[in-house]
Amino acid sequence: MSNITINIDGKEIKTQEGEFILNAARANDIFIPAICYLTRCSPTLACRICLVEADGKQVYACNAKSKDGMNIVTSTENIDKERRAIMEVYDVNHPLQCGVCDQSGECELQNYTLELGVDSQNYAVKDVDRSSHDWGHIHYDPGLCIVCERCSTVCKDMIGDNSLKTIPRGADALDAEFKESMPKDAYAMWNKLNKSVIGLTNGTDVLDCTSCGECAAVCPVGALVDTHFMYKSNAWELNRIPATCGHCSAGCQISYDVKHTSIENPEDKIYRVMNEWNYVSLCGAGRYGFDYQNADVVKDEVAFDKAVQAFKKADTIKFTSTITNEEALILENLKDEFGYKLVNNEAKSFQAFLENYSAISGTSLYGSYLKEMAESNFIVSIGSALKTDNPNARYSFNNSLTVNKGAGLYFHPVSDPIIDAMGKSIMSIKHKPLQEEAALYLILDLFADKEKLPSDITDYLASFHSTKTVTVTETIKEKIVEIVKEMKVNEETGEEEEVEVEKSKMVPKKVSKDVEVDDNRLLSVLNAPKSFTENLDKFLKKKETFSLVVGADLYNHPNSKNCARLVALVEKYSKFKIIMIPTLTNSLGVSLINELSDDEGEFSIGYNTKGDFTLSALGDGDLDMPAINQQEGTLTSINKRVNPTNAALGYGGYELNDIANALGLNVENTIDYTLALPVAKGFKAEKFDDLPDYYTNAGESMRGYELKKMDIKVSDDESVEKLDETLTLSDSLIYLANPVRQFSEFTNKATNLDEVSGIYMSEEFLANSELNEGDSVRVKNENGEVVANIVSDNKIAGDVVIIPSFDSKLNSEALFSGYRFASASIEKV
Amino acid sequence: MNNEAFNNRDVSDSYFLVDIEDYPTEPWDKFKRVIKRTFRIELFVGLWVVIREMFKFDIHTISYPEEKMPIGPRYRAIHEMKRLWESDTERCIGCGLCEKICISNCIKIDTRIDENSRKEVSEYSINLGRCIFCGYCAEVCPELAITHGGRYENASDQREHFLMYEDMLTPLDKMTAGTQVEFEGFGAITPHEDERVKKTPLAY
Ligand code: SF4
Ligand code: SF4
Ligand code: SF4
Ligand code: SF4
Ligand code: SF4
Ligand code: FES
Repeated sequence: MSNITINIDGKEIKTQEGEFILNAARANDIFIPAICYLTRCSPTLACRICLVEADGKQVYACNAKSKDGMNIVTSTENIDKERRAIMEVYDVNHPLQCGVCDQSGECELQNYTLELGVDSQNYAVKDVDRSSHDWGHIHYDPGLCIVCERCSTVCKDMIGDNSLKTIPRGADALDAEFKESMPKDAYAMWNKLNKSVIGLTNGTDVLDCTSCGECAAVCPVGALVDTHFMYKSNAWELNRIPATCGHCSAGCQISYDVKHTSIENPEDKIYRVMNEWNYVSLCGAGRYGFDYQNADVVKDEVAFDKAVQAFKKADTIKFTSTITNEEALILENLKDEFGYKLVNNEAKSFQAFLENYSAISGTSLYGSYLKEMAESNFIVSIGSALKTDNPNARYSFNNSLTVNKGAGLYFHPVSDPIIDAMGKSIMSIKHKPLQEEAALYLILDLFADKEKLPSDITDYLASFHSTKTVTVTETIKEKIVEIVKEMKVNEETGEEEEVEVEKSKMVPKKVSKDVEVDDNRLLSVLNAPKSFTENLDKFLKKKETFSLVVGADLYNHPNSKNCARLVALVEKYSKFKIIMIPTLTNSLGVSLINELSDDEGEFSIGYNTKGDFTLSALGDGDLDMPAINQQEGTLTSINKRVNPTNAALGYGGYELNDIANALGLNVENTIDYTLALPVAKGFKAEKFDDLPDYYTNAGESMRGYELKKMDIKVSDDESVEKLDETLTLSDSLIYLANPVRQFSEFTNKATNLDEVSGIYMSEEFLANSELNEGDSVRVKNENGEVVANIVSDNKIAGDVVIIPSFDSKLNSEALFSGYRFASASIEKV
Repeated sequence: MNNEAFNNRDVSDSYFLVDIEDYPTEPWDKFKRVIKRTFRIELFVGLWVVIREMFKFDIHTISYPEEKMPIGPRYRAIHEMKRLWESDTERCIGCGLCEKICISNCIKIDTRIDENSRKEVSEYSINLGRCIFCGYCAEVCPELAITHGGRYENASDQREHFLMYEDMLTPLDKMTAGTQVEFEGFGAITPHEDERVKKTPLAY
């Protein structure tokens, strides 16, 4: 893409060759009406209101690409007529129920109807029965739907569930006379609209998807709404608190929409979560898991004094990464002052992984971020249950497949039907647990520049190759000659007579032959499908930008050091850009700020985890702490950004800073620590109140700041360990992961996330076993045992049993020793 | 209308000084003033009027609170919530426009979804201690639901003084008797409304 200049309404603007006119205009604050287009998704041309004139020709701004020197006019007499007619059409049979509609006040139909001054109606068509549907967490009212297709587009192009589509409306055809009398585009748009409404791809009336709620968020009218929010509040009553989602490392920008609870209760309550859906897409946990605050807490002085005493006695602080950077820094300062051991295993393994990666890469942080991943066109995922570890990483993968003609490989032992359904150009390689290194070696083998790669590695990779002879059947075209009789006019006699002519033609013929092919043993180590090489060739056509995303399976791998070094080699010697999924919300921040220890001492303080004295934002500890939606502070995201978050709800109790002050640190507010975050680790010395938090109209993130990648001194030791192909776990595998929409005890606490906790098994697995949904089973191995009920989960496939970590009552960590896979026996009790 | 009179803001020549004696400062002068004021003839004029009227038996005074002044139909006193004539159900749909427009921020509404999937007003209150009876709520209401009424006594021993939904709603027996009175003031339908509406084509 090259920089070009175009002219819109007399204003010279700079943009990229091939950028959609609409996006170029928006980036330069020029308004063009547009309803159906969603930034980051493919244009659907459903509304046609974005008409503009480019070099004298009428085009749709959302799908016409900019060319150098283009001259664009956003409004002409004809275009104005079209737009006015389009808005009149949208108002045909639209019920007059703004008074009760949940979208009223932020409705694009209201806005554009007023903007274009529609004060009378010229069109009509007989209405059909359009009664509403209760689809579970989403409510659909076709009566209000303007069939802009934004919902189905976002579900397909961003989310990847593809759960919505247009279905026939069953209406009478439009009056033939309109075709003549109406503006052309308005008629075409109406003709299409009049034939469809939105329905479910699964053909039922039950929405079975990953429940992200994006479809309802993007709906310009009140046709799709979150069931929990229906008729609860008018949009304009709500106060928007900009924040960062506290559930996973994607760190999505959200706004908590709050207002008083009721006439009787003036306390603020969160009514819903909204997002800037043009630039950020939420998952169901972020969207619906908002009421996890530690409510009704008052200052309990007795408990506080005990806490201070406990801190004086303790030698260890255990914590999880669901804390802000500022809190992490408080803990670090306490450690420096009083010599505590800080224990956080999940952050520790991520920290170690980063360090091992840096030892070869020479930088403190991985290079890429999710937006770059979505914009690349070949993606590889290794060592992560992508869909649930970081929903936004999955969205980026899907976005690349659907919008950027991307393709990709998904290496994971657990089959994931949702990932597989993202498109034809994704291939899942269901390898054995512990063979993640083989996948990394394969990527090196396939993509690394062998000239530059250290020669011992090149040689080692070559050792996997051999040639073998295979018999292939090929279809070849063969020429055959046949004699056919034809009637011909004899030129001399003028009579018709039969002659014989020779005709040759090509016919396809199957032949089998023996060919020598390259055999890559890594493929069989990984259980790659037979068609791997063939598919990969297809996938790799016209691919220029490559992303590798890696996850927690590698950080907790017994050979995690080697994995990290291999990842660094991939980055160094191939075109792949690397992105690592931090395990929990702020694992990245914690691993940069805190010096962590491996083992705990005699007496421990637990923060959001069990200790001898427990501080908890869940309300179940010895002293209450504020939850993330009650705190100001910053969180470090997968995109290596330090994002600010604000307190949506009040909190009446003590916080970590109060304890630190009682112990003598004396800093007035927690956010005073923002300025002191370690610059040597890439943080900036910026005040919390100075941090911006918005997206520009061009879609560029202006949230907080980006961490600086620091240069790390490296030796030229680039050696890696060889692969142990025998490394394996015995059958009957269990995997530590969460179901869709759950991450931690905090999501578990949210009222609208009602996933049942238990042992998750795929439908396929249950069908092939004696077990049934609801049975109580004992999962047992040498590490420990867990007894819980079976939950059937259709969002996974295959025979790996998923043990969730979001429910602490399950104590699922007892079954694992670091690595996320283990083998265990499962029996009914 | 001619605006000149308003545009001329120089009012200096319309001022004049009132001729007032200086206030007495000496105690003796002050005493003289008190005597003079007390025994002025006006006092007895007033007393005479009262005595005369007492014996005339043609009294114009209203004996409040037994009797009350009739009040104009457009007077803006304590709010009422009207019902639909056709079905006797509440007119208010819970749109919240009155809550939004109220300049003294004294209306609060709670809504929810009811068993028939319709929006329902679960609670509605007006804080009369803050209401300035501007009439905006009645004017903005798209359903002619909230209106003003004629009840003007709202003295209270507290600054906060709430009017709840049930207090405002026309009682059902009044509906049965057909005695709900439409409000004629702010927000009521103006005459000739029909002629001003643009017609919408209908295909059924
Ligand atoms: S439901 Fe909403 S987003 Fe979907 S097509 Fe209808 S109006 Fe558009
Ligand atoms: S909730 Fe999300 S996944 Fe489900 S249909 Fe809507 S957009 Fe698709
Ligand atoms: S849980 Fe993660 S992906 Fe979901 S909304 Fe929150 S930050 Fe975004
Ligand atoms: S009369 Fe005015 S101040 Fe009183 S409730 Fe209505 S809008 Fe508010
Ligand atoms: S404006 Fe009228 S209909 Fe709307 S909430 Fe107020 S009283 Fe009810
Ligand atoms: S925005 Fe371009 S066709 Fe709808």
